[in-house]
Amino acid sequence: YFLRHARSRNYVSESEVCKLESVPLDFGDYHPLKPITVTESKTKKMNRKGSTSSTSSSSSSSVMDPLSSVLDGTDPLSLFAAAADPVTAAPPTDGARRKRDKDESSTVGSDFEPWSSKRGEILARYTTTEKLSINLYMGSEKGKATSTGSAVSEKVRTRLEELDDLEEGSQKELLNLTQQDYMNRIEELNQSLKDAWSSDQKVKALKIVIQCSKLLSDTTVIQFYPSKFVLITDILDTFGKLVYERILSMCVDNRVSLPDNFSPESVNDTAKETCLNWFFKIASIRELIPRFYVEAAILKCNKFLSKTGISECLPRLTSMIRGIGDPLVAVYARAYLCRVGMEVAPQLKESLNKNFFDFLLTFKQIHGDTVQNQLVVQCVEIPLYLTLYSPAIDWILQCIAYHAPDVLLTEMMERCKKLGNNALLLNSVMSAFRAEFIAARSMDFIGMIKECDESGFPKHLLFRSLGLNLALADPPENDRLQILNEAWKVITKLKNPQDYINCAEVWVEYTCRHFTKREVNTVLADVIKHMTPDRAFEDAYPQLQSIIQKVITYIYDFALLFSVEKFLPFLDMFQKESVRVEVCKCIMESFIKHQQESTKDPVILNALLHVCKTMHDSVNALTLEDEKRTLAALINGFIKMVSFGRDFEQQLSFYVEARSMFCNLEPVLVQLIHSVNQLAMETRRVMKGNHSRKTAAFVRACVAFCFITIPSLSSIFTRLNLYLHSGQVALANQCLSQADAFFKAAVSLVPEVPKMISVDGKMRPSDAFLLEFLCNFFSTLLVVPDHPEQGVLFLVRGLLNVIQDYTWEDNSDDKVRIYTNVLHLLSAMTQEAYIYHVDKVDSNDTLYGGDSKFLAEINKLSETVVSQILDHLKTLGKEETLKRQSQLALYFFNTILAHGDLRNNRLNQLSVNLWNLAQKHGFADTKTMVKTLEYIKRRSKQPELSHFTELAPRLPLQSRT
Amino acid sequence: MGTALDVRVKRAGKVYRDGEILSGVVVITSKDTVQHQGISLTMEGSVNLQLSAKNVGVFEAFCNTAKPIQIINSTIEMVKPGKLPSGKTEIPFEFPLQMKGNKVLYETYHGVFVNIQYTLRCDMRRSLLAKDLTKTCEFIVHSLSQKGKLLPSPVDFTITPETLQNVKERASLPKFLIRGHLNSTNCVITQPLTGELVVESTEAAVKSIELQLVRVETCGCAEGYARDATEIQNIQIADGDVCRGLPIPIHMVFPRLFTCPTLETTNFKVEFEVNIVVLLHDDHLITENFPLKLCRM
Repeated sequence: YFLRHARSRNYVSESEVCKLESVPLDFGDYHPLKPITVTESKTKKMNRKGSTSSTSSSSSSSVMDPLSSVLDGTDPLSLFAAAADPVTAAPPTDGARRKRDKDESSTVGSDFEPWSSKRGEILARYTTTEKLSINLYMGSEKGKATSTGSAVSEKVRTRLEELDDLEEGSQKELLNLTQQDYMNRIEELNQSLKDAWSSDQKVKALKIVIQCSKLLSDTTVIQFYPSKFVLITDILDTFGKLVYERILSMCVDNRVSLPDNFSPESVNDTAKETCLNWFFKIASIRELIPRFYVEAAILKCNKFLSKTGISECLPRLTSMIRGIGDPLVAVYARAYLCRVGMEVAPQLKESLNKNFFDFLLTFKQIHGDTVQNQLVVQCVEIPLYLTLYSPAIDWILQCIAYHAPDVLLTEMMERCKKLGNNALLLNSVMSAFRAEFIAARSMDFIGMIKECDESGFPKHLLFRSLGLNLALADPPENDRLQILNEAWKVITKLKNPQDYINCAEVWVEYTCRHFTKREVNTVLADVIKHMTPDRAFEDAYPQLQSIIQKVITYIYDFALLFSVEKFLPFLDMFQKESVRVEVCKCIMESFIKHQQESTKDPVILNALLHVCKTMHDSVNALTLEDEKRTLAALINGFIKMVSFGRDFEQQLSFYVEARSMFCNLEPVLVQLIHSVNQLAMETRRVMKGNHSRKTAAFVRACVAFCFITIPSLSSIFTRLNLYLHSGQVALANQCLSQADAFFKAAVSLVPEVPKMISVDGKMRPSDAFLLEFLCNFFSTLLVVPDHPEQGVLFLVRGLLNVIQDYTWEDNSDDKVRIYTNVLHLLSAMTQEAYIYHVDKVDSNDTLYGGDSKFLAEINKLSETVVSQILDHLKTLGKEETLKRQSQLALYFFNTILAHGDLRNNRLNQLSVNLWNLAQKHGFADTKTMVKTLEYIKRRSKQPELSHFTELAPRLPLQSRT
Repeated sequence: MGTALDVRVKRAGKVYRDGEILSGVVVITSKDTVQHQGISLTMEGSVNLQLSAKNVGVFEAFCNTAKPIQIINSTIEMVKPGKLPSGKTEIPFEFPLQMKGNKVLYETYHGVFVNIQYTLRCDMRRSLLAKDLTKTCEFIVHSLSQKGKLLPSPVDFTITPETLQNVKERASLPKFLIRGHLNSTNCVITQPLTGELVVESTEAAVKSIELQLVRVETCGCAEGYARDATEIQNIQIADGDVCRGLPIPIHMVFPRLFTCPTLETTNFKVEFEVNIVVLLHDDHLITENFPLKLCRM
């Protein structure tokens, strides 16, 4: 019974009026999205936090007046930043000191590869399946002689084991430990060291450390020794740090701690005495190896006693190692000393060199009887035994080579040569010295490798080391090919596939770096030849994978890459699916990263389709969402890069093929639909909107492609949006019946929208998405012409029915909001000329030409909708829903204001009622109401809206009291 | 309860010399006020001689062994009987370390049969109801630097099967040649004993080489004496079959308290020796002995 009158509008003139005045923005000055930058004010000095000026110790740092500092122009946050930054907070002398430090090179730069990076490598490499044992004896030294030995019966031993761990006088022998057990035990010891320390049991802590370092004199299960060294020196490091920090904390005087470069004079007597005590205690440790390690661990503490302490200690400790008979134990002791030395006093290079020379002097021991007998007992072969030395020698040489002049390195090399040009040493020289140094002398090295006395050390490791250097630094131009030839001659002769692949892996990089695809191809062919027999590749996936990675790092022109004949056969070696997919991913990543222009090269397409297909086929029910996303993104990246230019047919058939290939990955299908839609629009653009018969048929083929692809997707909103989107594309291409089909499909899909959907793995209510979609849909429906055989506004009615029947969330106003939006649509439909059109498609405005029957139909619809809205408003009359009522009423009021013709009395009255309803219960936001009223008054000045003048006085403002 | 007594000397190392002033504080902490009958502080220094069990029977008759020889003893009354306030009370004190006549202040030494010890004892006498409180605190005396220059007395040594004494079956010995030197057997107690040792050759593998520091304590008087050598510490300088021909450093720090400058008095003697002990893999033990003379410079 309510007649709705839509206001007639002139969109063109309106848009001119409504256009925003363009305000020039000064971007340089301020932008709301620009992050607030906290500038660190380096010049500001802050006193210690919370310090009351009572203990202003360093007179140089004056307290800033907080007010004046703000006036300086730095904001308080910046000041905090400055205060929090220890560098800027430190007294100014720091800077000078730092500089001086650098000059003395008493700090190691970041270009020195730290021990921590070696650690993991050693632990991973030197493993064992043999059973290990830990023998800990926490008693006094004297008791040991009487109580140890195998005479202790098993019973007593177990009883002892039951005793509390590490108690005074207890002996603990843990036998038959697996490697993992062993590592756990050591970690426990590390923990109990910290516990003992923190509970002030310093003696116990020292005992633990001594016992641990004693384990380093035990070389049973020798292949585990390097790992054992790593584990136990961790404990020693912990201990060293604890002692140092403890003594440092004793030096805290008046709550001012010592600066980093304190002099011994500033250390107080108590701290000195404690420090001295530690050294005396350690000096009386009976056994050589623990005494050495523990003293080395606290080497840094010498700083408390005298300036020259460390420089006196290092040579003494160095020569002390001479007493260690076992060459392996000795070389690791040297490595530890170098490690501590580099950390504490890197400027003292002499000791480093001396350590190495001492090692060379004792080198002959390795082949002596004692060692050989031991190896026989343990059934360890010489080549394996020699590799145990590598981490230690590498480390020592690395320390020596750090910032060392070439002269020294040459001297070192000569010394190694003199010692029979030993393979073990040569290898360490290559892994420790600067790559540039090695690379420049590559030919010399190859000569040396060839000549060198193998004495059990595998030669392929030497070539591997050389290759690693050449991957980092370039040899002289003229030598390059010869180097490759010489090296490969040896590598290709390696019988053992593992040895071979370890070498080849390294040299592939060199080949890719300096040579053309021909050489790369040869190398790949050689690898295939070596790895295929007996399916050797199965044990070498990591290396093969790294080869692929290196190849695609250097050859990223894919046309070139796929013209390397052996590349694809090489890929065939990855027969384990997970590895194959990894490799495919790498290839695709590189393609997406490096491919600049779209391609239609059949070789690339074929190969990459194959690669993508491999990735796609790996997807199964167990594949993680994340993995699927990654794969889909890679495939999409590929699809986007494929273009056949003007050959649209070919392009479409590529998409069809892709669809059949990648049907399990939804994101790929979505991408394909978008691509096809894009293709249709591209066709339209080329034909400038006028399709020929041929292009029309082609476009319909595209549309059909989308129409049959969309239903296979599972996400309902994806489907809805794609229907809408594809419908728009169809409409734009004048495929009216196809567009209708899309829209109908969308309409009939709406009832299936669930109330909750999963967004990023979380369940969310779907209403917001639905609302957004429907509004979008309505906007499109404005321009969709009615089907001649269906009734007026068939689609709109259909959609309204669906909305009517849709089970909305209880206490949600979404339905009414949609209805209100429908009113916008209906009012737009009554206009003589619609606000927008699709080119070459006649919308209802042209079709009906403002026919009264059509308008009446619209009016009838509006009436129904309005009555629905009002009914809903009535149901919101309860106490708890009044706020919603107020909001909806205002929303509806605004709609009428914008779209209704208020000259109509009933509509006018309705709006006044709505206004009052919005304010009735005091839930209206006064500000909004005032603004609305002001708006009405302003609009009333326009001639066609002059009737607003009368409306305004009828809208009272209710002040909330 | 809750009254605690503590004696603290000023120096962190607690080391004092003849002629210096021993100063410090007595600290009394208590929750309540402390009623006392006077607090006194005693400085004592004495030599305790003990005879080893095997000799007791013989010498008991001659010497009154158990009786300690007093070096220094003085007592001061710090506080007259009265009350101390609750909380922490610090009472400073000073003792001059001065010897009467030509008596010598021996250096602190903790041995087996000879013990030279200096203590500060604080006594708080209290009424019948409360127990007397006592706290002792050891302080360490270093003797004055010896006058004159220490003459270095380097020793070279060569050990072969032929140089050994006390050998049962010389024929069964493996051949070996160990050479070396000590930089000096006259040692400054604060400086380590240093030297070098080279295993030139051995038939049997070396298991271990150790430095054994030995104290030789002699107690007695004109009538007779007991002389005992015991180990102070054993420092391993080589572990395992060391490289032939490569000098191995000999380095040993003299432990504090357990060593003192070589001491010779009418009643007792404290001397030191070092043994170089080479242990071979077939369990042969080779020892070479060097008497040392320790002094403080």
